[in-house]
This record gives sequence, structure tokens and C-alpha cells, in this order.
Amino acid sequence: MTVRNRVLVLLAAVLALAVVAVASILHASARADRRNETQPGGPKVTSGPVTLTTPGRMVFRNMAWGPHRDELTTVPASAPAGPRVASGVKCLRFYAAAGTGVCLQSVHGPVADTYRALILDTHLKETAHYDVPGIPSRARVSPTGHFAAWTAFVGGDSYAGTNFSTRAAIVDVRTGKLIPSLEAFRIVKNGHRYHSADANFWGVTFTSDDNTFYATLATKGRTYLVQGDLRTRTVTTLHENVECPSLSPDGTRIAYKKRVKGLPKDAPWHLYVLNLRTMRETPLSEPRSVDDQAAWQNNHTLVYALPGDYGADLYELPADGTGKPRRISTAAVSPAFVE
Amino acid sequence: MYVADSRASTPTASVEGTARRSRAGRYRTTIAPTVLALGTVSLITDVSSEMVTAVLPLYLVTGLGLSPLGFGLLDGVYNGFSALVRLAGGHLADRGDGRHKWVAGLGYGISAACKPLLLLAHTLTPIGLILAADRTGKGLRTAPRDALISLSSTPETRGRAFGVHRAMDTAGALLGPLAAFLILRATVDGYDAVFTVSFCVAVLGVLVLVLFVPGGSARGPGAGSVPVPVPVPVPVSVPGGSTSAPESPQRPTLRAALGLLGRRDLRRITICALLLGLATVSDSFVYLLLQHRLGVPDRWFALLPLGTAAAFLLLALPLGRLADRVGRRRVFVAGHGALLLAYALLLTSWHGPALPYAVLLLHGGFYAATDGVLMAAASENVPERLRSSGLAVVQTGQALARFVCSLGFGAAWTLWGDRTALLTATVVLAACAAFSAVSLRPARPAKERLAT
Repeated sequence: MTVRNRVLVLLAAVLALAVVAVASILHASARADRRNETQPGGPKVTSGPVTLTTPGRMVFRNMAWGPHRDELTTVPASAPAGPRVASGVKCLRFYAAAGTGVCLQSVHGPVADTYRALILDTHLKETAHYDVPGIPSRARVSPTGHFAAWTAFVGGDSYAGTNFSTRAAIVDVRTGKLIPSLEAFRIVKNGHRYHSADANFWGVTFTSDDNTFYATLATKGRTYLVQGDLRTRTVTTLHENVECPSLSPDGTRIAYKKRVKGLPKDAPWHLYVLNLRTMRETPLSEPRSVDDQAAWQNNHTLVYALPGDYGADLYELPADGTGKPRRISTAAVSPAFVE
Repeated sequence: MYVADSRASTPTASVEGTARRSRAGRYRTTIAPTVLALGTVSLITDVSSEMVTAVLPLYLVTGLGLSPLGFGLLDGVYNGFSALVRLAGGHLADRGDGRHKWVAGLGYGISAACKPLLLLAHTLTPIGLILAADRTGKGLRTAPRDALISLSSTPETRGRAFGVHRAMDTAGALLGPLAAFLILRATVDGYDAVFTVSFCVAVLGVLVLVLFVPGGSARGPGAGSVPVPVPVPVPVSVPGGSTSAPESPQRPTLRAALGLLGRRDLRRITICALLLGLATVSDSFVYLLLQHRLGVPDRWFALLPLGTAAAFLLLALPLGRLADRVGRRRVFVAGHGALLLAYALLLTSWHGPALPYAVLLLHGGFYAATDGVLMAAASENVPERLRSSGLAVVQTGQALARFVCSLGFGAAWTLWGDRTALLTATVVLAACAAFSAVSLRPARPAKERLAT
């Protein structure tokens, strides 16, 4: 083939490939327009004030298509499928308690997106923000509203980028003092001091004493429920095969996702409740795999997200292993019940 | 490329035996067109692959709602397989004239084909398999590509040729993530667009390879079948019924490739690369150490690899030229000196604001002084007909040594903490570097000995 022909072949190919590439980008960007239109039959959403201290409300991230997509919205906890009031604050993940909110959001930078955690007051005004080192995953606030925690996935830097780790951070909202990673805490495993470079933490949940918390510790391919102490900066393992713990309002039980043998590798979890006094596990009656840190609506009812047509839907389930899951809301994620 | 092709009657840049001609001419100061073509292919391919790498975590977590933890499990097992693929790629490429191009092309092609498959896979197992196939392609193409670079440049400019190639390669790695995020910005959940564009870019890379890198058929008459005058000093088995390479009197076998290690020069440099690899802490550990010991804030963490890449990009060519002038082995050992210095900086308790930059500069400098330079140095000691296999042996040895180091370093960190682990790595590296400095001391002028 002559040089001229090769260049011609190359030019023709570049042209054809460019057409395919541009078409795929246009196709994907047209999605933006579709998603800004309200979906027919979807929940009604209007702008309005949202506060974190109105009793009997559920605050969550609205995922329904339309102008208020991804905003924090609120509905009465007694009528979660009803009309939503949107705040204008966009979050990927959210939680709130005692008038303090934590909102994990993405910030569009010139080169890449970065993430940060906003601490919100009862009127959703930002009081502080912190850098989050990776893709946000879990968010929690202590029942006192004094501490907030979040977990992020930190991506690997090897060729195919398949090594991931998690980073769990806790901040004292009153003083602004940040613990950027629980990896700095002393680990006591089965009664012994434990060191490992591969220790990962995620899914923090707080008690109401402003000192104790629970979280997942993963090391050497196993996961553990750990009890953490903020004053002594120590975590102690309590139970194996526990992920994303969520402490009940009365502080007696932990709802969590447990890796169950025989399930597919990417949907391996079933919901369980662990009694902290007897250490007895109770399987819940949700047959599907759940990848969420459940929220307690009250001492008897759990609410969690499962994948849905518009991202995720919310389901409720009795915490004692009875009953059946019931879908309470579509196109919604990260629920918090405020009082 | 076309320049070589248009001078087909006097091939300048295809075979070592003929490339020596350039000593008298101007080719001493230019980069062989084949090297530029291969650099372009690598640049384009790296744009494509780094686009996917950059968005993959985000895609898994927010696009598919999968938990990426434990995804790295594949890595350990896969490292061993990847080494075998590399050796196979090197060996296949040597089995007959002009195969380098096609084996490399197969590698690039496999990786390209993986991109659209990502659009179809929605669960972890198929995605893991696709990534494994992608890296199989990478393993397959590396040795033949490096062999082509060394075969198409003159012995005197080989360091520079590899420098140019590595600089172009790294430029692609820097551009890829940028392209991916521009696409994500212009779209909503545009992962499908990222994968599609990545595929188009990868196809372009394969096309540039096919059209502009001379293979056996693209070589001028006579050039490809120049009999290699150097007898290999190890017994080479000659299997009967050799059909693939009738022009070659001795078909290169796997045994011959491994027999290369019987050559003192190559054995020395392989052993040194292996020993130094055993003390080369993997990149992710270096970044973790930067964060642990120097307190680099979280928000910069993701940018640390870019610092290394930028230094690598800027220094690859100058250090490649330096290697041509003062000796490749010397620069290769000196590169490990830079790494030693980076370790030492990480060990100091002095926390200046410039320290992370200095560590990244040294880390990038280490790659610039060792990655391509090692291939250029090893090329001196591998006969042309086993070039690809020989380079694959050296690369595989180094890669396995680094993998062992990763495991050991992780264990040491767990047992003794980061400081002691790093101190140990520093001592081992210093010892290996000292050994290599003595062992690789140029006993003779750094001249091409092989083709004489």
C-alpha cells in the first residue's frame, strides 16, 4: 500500500470512529434533558422549606426525574408516598439526627470531580465542610447530633484499577475536630492488639453517649463488627461477618447486612438483626440482597434502599424477622427520620 | 512508518544489521519512524485504557451500585498468569519474521475488543473477566513492542528511542483520565459514552499499528530475511517440520529463550533487575507512605500518581539520551539511586512543604531512568532473533520480583509498622543497588558487541 493510501485509510477510519464517538456522547448528553423532565406518574415535588427538626418527617435524597432531582426532600413519615417538598440542596448521601445533617456531595472541578461532606444545621445551612477522599458511600449522625461520620471508596492506582479501599471519617460537629481515618485507631481483635496494613473501616453508627460507636472492620478477607471508643481511640471486635451496622434507637440491637454463603458474588448480603446483649442473630424476611446501611424508623421498623427504576426505592420491614418488606417510596435513597 | 518504507531498497530502521549503517549518516540524530509510530500507538492506546481505568470505580459504585471491595482478589492470582502471557507473547513474536507486529497487534486488538464488552457487563464476574482479558492483551503486546523499538533503532540511540516511546506512552496515560472526565461532564451518567469513545480510540491505535508499523511484509525485499550472523552460544533445538519460519535456519524455541540466561551479560542484568525489583516498593505503597509519613491531605491523594507520571514524562527522553551517552547500565543503577533517595526522604522526620514534590519527582525520575533504559540495556545482550523473548524474560523477572516485594512489604508493614518496613526496603535497596553498581560496571566501552 502506498503512503498516500495508508493516510487515506487512516483519515477515513478517523472520520468513521469520530462519528461513532460523537454520536455516543450526544446520546448520553441528551439524557440530561430527559432527566430534567418530570416523569409521568412520578411523585409530585415542589420547592419549599425543609428543616431537620420538624417531628414526624422523613428527609431523603429525591431521585425522581425533574428539576428537583438529587435534592434533599421531605415527606410525612406517615405518608412517605405523598407529595415531596424539595430544599434545593443536592446530595449523593445524607443522614440527620437532632437537628444536625451530613450531606455528601460531589464538586465539579476542572479536571475531575471531587467530593466533600457538608455539616448542615436544622435549616440545611452549611456550618462546615470537609474533603472526602473518594466516592461517598455511607453517612451517619449521632443521636445527639454532636458527631457525624462518613465512608468513601478510595480507588486503586494499579493498571486496571481494581484495588479499592474504604476510608471512614468521624468529626466532632461542636469543635470541628476531624478523625480523617479510623485506621489511626488501635485495633483489639479477640482480646489482642492487632496490626494490619489491610484494615478497612466502613459504616459507622453511633450510640447516644457521645463516645461509643460501632462500625465494620474488614481485614484478611473477613469482616467484623467493632465497638469503637472515641476517647481511647480504640476499636474492639465483637462479632464476625457484619457489614454496615445500624444501631436501634434504644441501643440494644444492630441491624446489618450479612454475607450469606451461596449467593452471587455481587449480591451476597441478607439483612440481619444482632441482639447486643445475647449476641443472637435474627434473619429478617427480605429475600433480596440488600447493599445499604439500614435506618431505624423506630424501635420496631427498618427502612432501607433497593435498586429501582430511577436509581433506588425505599422499603420498610419489621426488625424482628416477621412480616414482609413493603415498598414505601420510589425514586428515593438515604432516608433519615427526624424528630 | 512510511519513511522506512519509501526507502525500502536501503532499509534504515528495520533490522539491526542494517541499522548500523546509520553510524555514518544522519540517523544518529533522528528517531526511527517505527519508534514514533509505536509511540503514537502507545499514546493512543493509553488514552483509551486510562479513560476506562479512571471512571471504573465511579462506574461500579454509582453506575452499577456494586461494592468494589474485594474486587482486587483477582489481582494476586492474575499476576502469575500475566507473567506467563508475557513470556508467551515474547516467544510467539520471535517465531518467524515480522511476527512482532502481529503479536503486538493481537494484544492491542484484544484490549480494544474488551471496551465495548464493558457496555454489556453489569455484574462483577464478567467485569473481572473483561479486565483480565484487557490485561492479557497488555501482557501479550509489551515484549514484541519493545523488541520492535529496539530492532528499529540504532544501538547508539536505543536509550533515546525507548525514552521517546515511554514519554509518549505516559502522555497518553495523563490525557486519558482528562478525556474521560470531560465526557462525564458533558453527559449525564455517560459511562456508556466513555466506553464507546475508549473503544473508538483503541481501534484507532490498532489501525495506526497496522498501517504505519512495518511488519515482515512491509519490510523491503531482503531486509526481513537478512540471515543473522551471530550464532547463539547455547544449544538451540531444531524441531523438525518448521513451517512458520522457513527462512530462519533455527526456529527460536522457548528453551532457546530461557537459554539466553546462559549468556553472562544478560544473566547479570536480569539478576540485577530481579534483585532491584525485590526492593522496589509498589506505587500504591509509595503513595500511602507519602500520605502516612508526610501527611499529604486526602484531597491530593488521587493526584499523586499524576505527579509521578508527569516527572516520568518530562525525564524519559533526557535520561534516555543520557543513557546512550554515559551507559545504560549506569543510568539504570542511578535510577535506583533516585528511588533510594525518595525512600530516605520518606524516612526523614523533616516535613517541608516541598518534600512530597521532591519524592514524586524522584519517583518519576526512577521510572524514567529504569523502565525504557532497562529494555535498551537488555537489548545489547539479546540476539536479534530472540529479542522479544529475551526482553520478555527480563520484564517477567522484574515484574515477579516486584510482586514478591509487594507481598513482603505489606506483611512487613503489618508486622512492624510503616517506618520499619520502609527502613528494611531502603537497606535492601541500598545493598542491591551497590551489588548492581559493581556487577554492571562497564568493563568495556558501551558499544554494541552483539552484531559485530
